[in-house]
Amino acid sequence: MTVSGEKLKLVSHVDAINWNRVQDDVDSDVWDRLTANFWLPEKVPLSNDVQSWATLTQEERTLTMRVFTGLTLLDTIQGTVGAVSLIPDSLTPHEEAVYTNIAFMESVHAKSYSSIFSTLTSTREIDDAFRWSTENQNLQRKAEIILKYYRGDEPLKRKVASTLLESFLFYSGFYLPMYWSSHAKLTNTADLIRLIIRDEAVHGYYIGYKYQRGLERVDEAKREELKDYTFNLMFELYENEVQYTHDLYDSVGLSEDVKKFLHYNANKALMNLGYEAMFPATVTDVNPAILAALSPNADENHDFFSGSGSSYVIGKAVNTEDEDWDF
Amino acid sequence: MLVVYYSSSSEYTHRFAQKLSHPSMRLPLLTRDAAVEVDEPYALITPTYGAGPNRGSVPKQIKKFLSIEGNRELLRGVIGAGNTNFGENYCRAAHLVARKCDVPVLYRFELLGTPEDVANVNNGLESLCQRQQYAT
Repeated sequence: MTVSGEKLKLVSHVDAINWNRVQDDVDSDVWDRLTANFWLPEKVPLSNDVQSWATLTQEERTLTMRVFTGLTLLDTIQGTVGAVSLIPDSLTPHEEAVYTNIAFMESVHAKSYSSIFSTLTSTREIDDAFRWSTENQNLQRKAEIILKYYRGDEPLKRKVASTLLESFLFYSGFYLPMYWSSHAKLTNTADLIRLIIRDEAVHGYYIGYKYQRGLERVDEAKREELKDYTFNLMFELYENEVQYTHDLYDSVGLSEDVKKFLHYNANKALMNLGYEAMFPATVTDVNPAILAALSPNADENHDFFSGSGSSYVIGKAVNTEDEDWDF
Repeated sequence: MLVVYYSSSSEYTHRFAQKLSHPSMRLPLLTRDAAVEVDEPYALITPTYGAGPNRGSVPKQIKKFLSIEGNRELLRGVIGAGNTNFGENYCRAAHLVARKCDVPVLYRFELLGTPEDVANVNNGLESLCQRQQYAT
């Protein structure tokens, strides 16, 4: 797995990390959140999906396995290269520690797809799906684009690539388990994917936040260059994602629906980097069933301003379990 | 209508508040800073912290602000900033504050908010203002 001729890049100097002297509170907040979120695939009762798996057509099963091997590839990249490549550029020792947590969780994510496979399907089908992942050009291209920037020598560009991976590139894949869940299929698998989606939100937020801290240390010209770079990379990845989406979803007629989900998440990825949304609301109208599978209370009717105000019902008063909330 | 908000050093909520056409007031970053008191009706924007039911979702600075009875009495509604990736905990803090203070969740938006979110909140606050004037 080593590449000859490439120098191993490591942090040049290490002091014992003192968590009692934190320079950036976001480091400790994110560490606490990530460790509180820790989970393992063994905790999710995936075997309850065996019956549901049997109701899928052969085509649907093949699609599902391909989607998951694609996600496995991205998680593997992020675990073994992406998050690790960010460590030498850290501004604080606590930032370094957070990246080690992110790298490990990405390896947990990558392994969890194998747990899904071994629960639901046969070794031969698993091998076929992994073979597909090495042969699909658009999937391989997505990996190549990202790896190129991880190997590059620009720390802030690495953070852009990493944030776009965490907050955009996964979503052509995440769509499918949300789709199955909205049809009451593979619901335990969807529960596991939702844990991954939650983790990726914290990762994207944190790396994007560190990118913005980094921007404060460069001049205006460089900031403009990085902004152009970000949008160019987003376009390059987006075009490839659209091809990849067609490769996967044309057979089941879902490509257009997936693309809306891509636009919606591309906007969120850009916002994680501190930029304004790029896709207009007319193309980010995600299927409400997918949004509900992602976040059960996200629909507009819960809001006073968007729904008809008169229909708003104030939730009944409950004692909140939030600690130190006393008045 | 006055908008009171808390935004951490990530500045997401701050950037959203700055795009509004309504006056806004940012709560201090540190809980040890002096308490803030308002003297007119307002809407509150809060991000959500933590990721599960067992940890503090409502920022401490919001709790400190709402621990003042006069501030609670003037609260007309809550706007949540969040991320749907957190599933059922999306904008949890806004829902908790709304229930606790018996006011509606007015709106929710993600991250920095889109131009549509800004327009919706501007319009919503405007009509809320008018309703307030009729009511008094």
